[in-house]
Parts: sequence; structure tokens; C-alpha cells
Amino acid sequence: MRTPALLLLALGYCTAAGALDLRGELGLDVRQFPHKGAQGQSQLHVALRGQADLWYSPNQGRDAFTFSPFIRADTEDSQRDLVDISELAWLHVNEHFELRTGIRQVFWGVTEGTRLVDIINQTDTADGPEGDRKLGQPMMNLSIGSHSHTLDLFLLLGHRQPTFPGADGRLRLPLVVDTDQATWESSRKQERIDLAARWQWTAFPFWLGISGFSGTAREPELAPVIDPAQLLYDNGQPVGFAPGYIPTLAPHYPLIQQLGVDLQVTQGDLLWKLEAIQRWGGRKDFHAANAGLEYTQVGLFGSRLDLGWLLEGLYDSRGREASTPFDRDLLLGWRLTFNDMASTELLSSVIVDLDSHERLFSLEARRRLADGWSIALELRQIAGTPAPQTAEAFVFTPDTRYALRPLARDSFTRLQLSWFF
Amino acid sequence: MRVVLSVLLLIAVACLPFQAAHADTVAEGHALAKAADAQLRGYVDSQVSLTMELVGPSGQTASRALRVRSLETDSGEYTLMVFDTPRDVAGSALLSHNFREADDQQWLYLPAIRRVKQIGARDKSGPFMGSEFAFEDLVTPFYEKFSYRYEQDEACGELTCAIVERIPRDPHSGYTRQRVWIDREHHLIRQVTYYDRRETLLKTYTASDFEQHEGRHWRPATMRMENHQNRRQTRLLWQDFQFGLGLDSRDFTQNALLRAR
Repeated sequence: MRTPALLLLALGYCTAAGALDLRGELGLDVRQFPHKGAQGQSQLHVALRGQADLWYSPNQGRDAFTFSPFIRADTEDSQRDLVDISELAWLHVNEHFELRTGIRQVFWGVTEGTRLVDIINQTDTADGPEGDRKLGQPMMNLSIGSHSHTLDLFLLLGHRQPTFPGADGRLRLPLVVDTDQATWESSRKQERIDLAARWQWTAFPFWLGISGFSGTAREPELAPVIDPAQLLYDNGQPVGFAPGYIPTLAPHYPLIQQLGVDLQVTQGDLLWKLEAIQRWGGRKDFHAANAGLEYTQVGLFGSRLDLGWLLEGLYDSRGREASTPFDRDLLLGWRLTFNDMASTELLSSVIVDLDSHERLFSLEARRRLADGWSIALELRQIAGTPAPQTAEAFVFTPDTRYALRPLARDSFTRLQLSWFF
Repeated sequence: MRVVLSVLLLIAVACLPFQAAHADTVAEGHALAKAADAQLRGYVDSQVSLTMELVGPSGQTASRALRVRSLETDSGEYTLMVFDTPRDVAGSALLSHNFREADDQQWLYLPAIRRVKQIGARDKSGPFMGSEFAFEDLVTPFYEKFSYRYEQDEACGELTCAIVERIPRDPHSGYTRQRVWIDREHHLIRQVTYYDRRETLLKTYTASDFEQHEGRHWRPATMRMENHQNRRQTRLLWQDFQFGLGLDSRDFTQNALLRAR
């Protein structure tokens, strides 16, 4: 009885002495797949998610403490259940630098197609393959900045694995990734301290970032783990698995070095965008780039609508061996902003693979329902790719031409209802 | 030949008073605009709460609340806006560096993905937060950003206002011209009419409930923008004016945008 009273007292003291701000979001997330999964997964997946953002400063923001927990529960896929601390950090600001210590999220980059330079946080891949949701990363970040230059230095304290969909989850490979079998190149495994830095230069119309990273890769190399006793042989060659046996994929996290560039040039309604990286380490050194433009027609045909045109090219020097499906692709997109009371927005895009002609269509619409409520609808359609491979084919004769093949049956509609407090 | 010369001479002479009158109206318009601009400057720094009330064509309403921090600089003005409602955009922030002579720059902070985006120049001519105000109407532009012509004096309420036509120099402005009512007593902007690219009357802005803060800064507590073409209107209520908070340029950097509250 005494503890809650003390806590209340402390909270009361905090609010009296400084500034306290609490807000958050509760959401319902319904995904409907028109087809059963390639491995028999169900068609309706419902998830509930919640997030809170607590902020407290005793001295007008010169020191600030943030705490942002995140929770998600999924009806079908227990691997999608997640309790995470997105942020638990102390920010100290003085006239020479900012020091940010704790679990935080950092975003780098300018393009819409891929997130090439963005490397600080691990991705919550189970949330959605587009990689917008990230996991909190423990760090110390020293930032020295003025109006035209900002230098950020990072000590990244430990490595986190991404989340992966489980056996009952959709949008996955024919084999399930087993994070318990993960291996790290570093002898300190996931406890290695990694280094990163970024310099941002603002000289209108140029907005340039140069970044470097040295440490454990965020993106794992996946290799099947096969029990030899479960293999079937023909003429001494393995050709299949014993009935009912499905191997798993083990993630391996190599040590890498990465140099990144992100640049935006702003010319009125026209934005030129570039992200490029060079990475050393892992299976193969490579470079990748994502470049293009965004042009906005403000007040389309004399209306209050804005129409944005997106055009980006995506390139990865590894070609078919790339760990992403976007090795030689073109993105074409339209962003329609209604500028109405409900802040209605529509984003439609298609990514076309110039070699295999696979196409990934997407349509996202969102609007506010009432103060505190918003709704989003998302359609994703995968076209031009053959039916998914079986686990056996995926292991013995992997298809490198059709990168989206494992997702061929995973077109879906997603409805998100959110309540903000 | 002589006839042509005479005609030319005649035209030139006929134009002389007009030329002089034209120069006069330009100079007077410029002087009035400069005086009105001076009323808004010299505040050093400020913070103010803003409530926006949006009224749709059939009477439906919506509101937004934000806080606006501003700092005067040698070359212009910095503003940082932090949104409190609607709650789905709470925590979003907009940083603007506005310059007397150079192109303005703007960055938007999206808290859900902790992303800062530099946004294009023309975003300032579109509806701000779905309202009838464009960003360029909301943050009072520097007088250097227009060319002027004084039109005439007219009664405005109990005061006399000078009407000045101003033409934006910025090719990305959403307007071809504006007419500004500046009162002769304090040089405060009481009313503005905006003309769109087809030269038709688009909107009328009226400022009221002027209050003097710290004994010198006149600010309207209410602003109203009426759109004549879509029959929507927006009311802005400015509250809790604070001046001389000791803000400095470090409170208006991209790092400051990341930690805006």
C-alpha cells in the first residue's frame, strides 16, 4: 500500500517540479489473405498492439527522460508476439553537445523504395516486410551540431536479432528462421560493442549525410540446418526429406563495415534523392543504390489536392545473390494528399523487377475518423512470380531468379484501426 | 518623320505625370509595408499557443492545437511548431528557417518513425493542416518578399486603413497578388485579400482583438480566413504570448527538431 502512495507522491513531485508528458496508441491490425498460405497458414490474422510514450524533463528539456514500451499480440503466429522497449533513454543537452544514452531509435535516409543507409536499429520484420517498425537499440550517442553541420558518434552496446514470422505466420520463407540457432562472427557474439558515425551537412538546396558503420550486420545470412538422419538419398545424392521433416534456417551475423551516402536536393516542388552504400564483410562485398525523384503538383487542377510523383531506381551489385528482392528494380508511385479535415492520404506504388518482371503493387490509404481515432487500409499484391517452392526445392534447387517467389500466395489486405491517448 | 517624332514626344510627355505618380505609389506602398513589418519585428524570441478551428462548407468543424516558438536572426526568423492535437499527429513538429533574402527551408519531424524530412518549397502554398491558411499566410512574411503599390485610403472600423497591393516575388507562392489593409495609426495589418493564379478572389483574411504585449508588441489574438471559392473558413486563436524566453539558435536546429516537445 505504501509503495503506490510513494509512487504517486513521486509522480506528483515530478509534475510539480518539471514537465511530464504521456501519450500512446492502441491498435487493431487485421490482415486478410485471399489464399491459404504456401505452408497451409490461415487467411485471417488479427493482432493487437499498444505503445506508450512517456517523457519527463525537470529542467525545460536540458535533461529529458523517455520511456516507450511496445507490445503486440497476434492470434495466429506466436512469433509475432512482442514485448519491446522502443526507447528508455536519457537526453542531456548543453551548449556544446547533446548526449543521448539508453535504448533509442534512429532514422537515417531520404528515399522511399528501400532503407539502405539506415543501420542503427534492428528491424521488426515480423510486423511487415517493408521494415518500417524497428526494435530499440542500446547506445551512447554524442551529437555535436550547428545549423549547417551535425556530427553524430555512436557506441552501439550489443546486437539484437530481427523478429521473424513463425511457422503459422505469413510473408515468410518455406523454412522458418530459428533465432535460437543464431551464430555471430564476433567472438563476443551479441555482446560486441559496435561503432557508427554520421555527418550531416545542410547547405540549401543540398542536404547530405555521410555515414559509417563497423560492427555486426543487422541483416543475417540464412543457412538451412538439416539433420542428416532425416535426408532421403537417390544414387548417393540427397533428394528430399523424411516424411514430416522440415529443416529450419539458422541466422548468421557477420562482422561488416559499411559506408553510406544519403543526399536530397530540394528544388521547389522537385526533390532529388539518393542513397548508396558500400559494404565489406560477410559472404560478399557489395554496393547498392537507390536514387530517384519526387515531384509534387501542389493544388492539382486548381483543387486543394496535392499529387506527388515518385520515381526511383533500385540497384544491388550482388544481382540474384542479393539478400533483398530489389537488385535491379524500378519504383513508380503516386502520393495523393487531400488536405481535408480528416487528413486523407493515398499512396500507391509498384516496384517492377527489370529482370524477372515480378511486380509488387501496393496501395495505402489513411484518414482520421474523429479526434483520437484513425484508420488505415493497405492492399499488397504480388504478381508475375511462380508458385512458392516446397521446402525441399528451396533447399536443394533454390530459385534465385524470382526473389518474391516465397511470397507468391501472400497478397493481402490490411486494416488498421488506431486509438490515440 | 517629324510627325512620328512629335507623336512620340507627346506620348512621353503624357506619360511623365503617370510615371511620377507610379513611382510615388510604389514608394508609399513600400514604406507602409516596411512600417507594418517593423511592428512584427524586434521581439527577439517568443512562444505562443495556437488553436485552429476549421469550419467546412456544410458547417462541420475540427480543431488543431499547436505551440509556436520563434526566434529573430540576423538574416530572418526561425520557427518551430509542435503539434498537440489531433492526437494522431501529436509530437509531430515543423522547423522553418525563413530568410529575408534567400529561399526558406523547412523540415518535418515524424515521431512514429523518428524521421526528419526536408520538405519542398511549394508545400508552403498548400492548405496547412487542412485549414484555409497556407504556411505562407501563417508565418508573417518579410516585406522584402513582395513588390508594392499603394492604392488608396479607406475607413476600416473606427480607423483609416491604407490599401496596398503586394505581388509575391517568390515564384512558388500560391498567389498572383494580395491587397493588404494597413491601419494608419499603428501600421497593423487588419485585412488581406488573396487572388489566385486565375486572378480571382480566393480568400479574405481578417485580424482582430489586437493586444499589446510587453508594452510594445501588437499581436492579434484572433485571425480569420474565409475561402470564397470553397466556402470553408478557419479561425486562429493565439493565446499565452511569451516574449524574451532566452531562446537561441540551438533551439532551432535539426537536433532541436528531434527532441521537440
